[in-house]
Amino acid sequence: MRRLIRSLGLTLVLLVVVASPVFACAGLIGPNGAVNLVRTTTLAAYHNGVEHYITAFSFQGGGGQFGSIVPLPGIPTRVERGGDWTLQRLVRETQPLRAAVLSPEAAAKDGVRVILETKIDALEITILDGGGTAVGRWAREHGFILPPDAPEVLDFYAARSPIFMAARFDADAARQRGQQIGDGTPIHLTIPVANPWVPLRILALGKNAGDVVRADVYLLTDVTPALWPRVRRGLSVQYSAAASAELLRDLRSDKGMGWMPARGMWLTHLAINSAAKDLTYDLAVDVSGRATRVAAGFSVALPFLALLLVGASTGTTRRRSAR
Amino acid sequence: MKTFASMAVAMRMAPIAVTMLLIWTLLPAAGHERGTQTIQITIRHSRFIPARFTVRRGATVRFVITNTDPIDHEFILGDEAVQRRHETGTEPEHGSVPGEVSVPPGMTAETTYVFSRAGLLLIGCHAPGHYAYGMRGEVWVAQR
Repeated sequence: MRRLIRSLGLTLVLLVVVASPVFACAGLIGPNGAVNLVRTTTLAAYHNGVEHYITAFSFQGGGGQFGSIVPLPGIPTRVERGGDWTLQRLVRETQPLRAAVLSPEAAAKDGVRVILETKIDALEITILDGGGTAVGRWAREHGFILPPDAPEVLDFYAARSPIFMAARFDADAARQRGQQIGDGTPIHLTIPVANPWVPLRILALGKNAGDVVRADVYLLTDVTPALWPRVRRGLSVQYSAAASAELLRDLRSDKGMGWMPARGMWLTHLAINSAAKDLTYDLAVDVSGRATRVAAGFSVALPFLALLLVGASTGTTRRRSAR
Repeated sequence: MKTFASMAVAMRMAPIAVTMLLIWTLLPAAGHERGTQTIQITIRHSRFIPARFTVRRGATVRFVITNTDPIDHEFILGDEAVQRRHETGTEPEHGSVPGEVSVPPGMTAETTYVFSRAGLLLIGCHAPGHYAYGMRGEVWVAQR
């Protein structure tokens, strides 16, 4: 039965990225020159062939507009306001001492197609379909100031998936709405996709080569997932255990999170602490054991390594014990 | 009658003569143009391609720079002092100074420069963060 369930793809991958302050800030614009979009937190979930991607933008005061570009693995069918505590609850589950660190201290198409436009609180969301150059041109024409590494990074992601989310955060509108400093606006995207991956390279966008990128990636699956890269310089597994019933109950009770199974998941936490120049890859996640170098954004496939990975994954796949 | 015929011929030939005179007048400039070397540079992913080349002292080089990126770039040719000045400068546009030109996204721009002294010169883009990112190159000016 378990094999049947697995073969049917009844699998859930819950990915949370609690990023460093500049996460996903492909283009920051502000008439006063200040960068007020201090933290962006992202969650991506995969269940029954559908990825649930939640990212939160935290208002840090100031004025003007600030933008962010996030590569997506597919075209979203729905963009809506996300639940209020899902991200924080997951962080607390694995990093109870770091919960407080959530504070601020802590190929190419010629054209671009606008798939969806919506506004959520003070955020203007645009889903784009296009090549790296076209998306970059669109971003520039819409007021985004792209850093020098943006052309290469956008091309990198466009070769994987031509879908991007551009988010413009209007700090003035946030203030008028009464948003306080530190208030986040979670965005929930529902994305049907065959194979999920977590964008990591985007974390280094706009950073100097020696800058350190710190992020936390959470995965919640009903089997131990196959990952690529599993362990790499600057990337390490910090936590791997059965998800508690309390965690799942809390997550299910948040807005828009009813799709999550009530039990049967395995929680993994990976920490990224990497120099920006070394963060040239993404995290491939596949519960069937097919996570590969290519799926992780590496340009050259090494079949023998993929075979090793599949073999290792098959041998080590575990069911969670707390069913 | 013969004189009249000669005048008619002369009048018919006048436009041709004027054209020939104009061509003769412009010949020196055209010759100078033939002595100009053209170097094509492509900007992709915030890099100059090629980023290193050699010219001879005294050469007049026409740089034709194509920006394939979706962001603004510039081409600044000069020694280290020139690069430093531009790195801290605030000029939004370039184009009037030989060897300095702005290249908008998807556009091609050109600038002509006379290499009067031998030695090493640099090329760079000084849009915010671009030079530090590595958007630079070298021009070796060789003796004749």
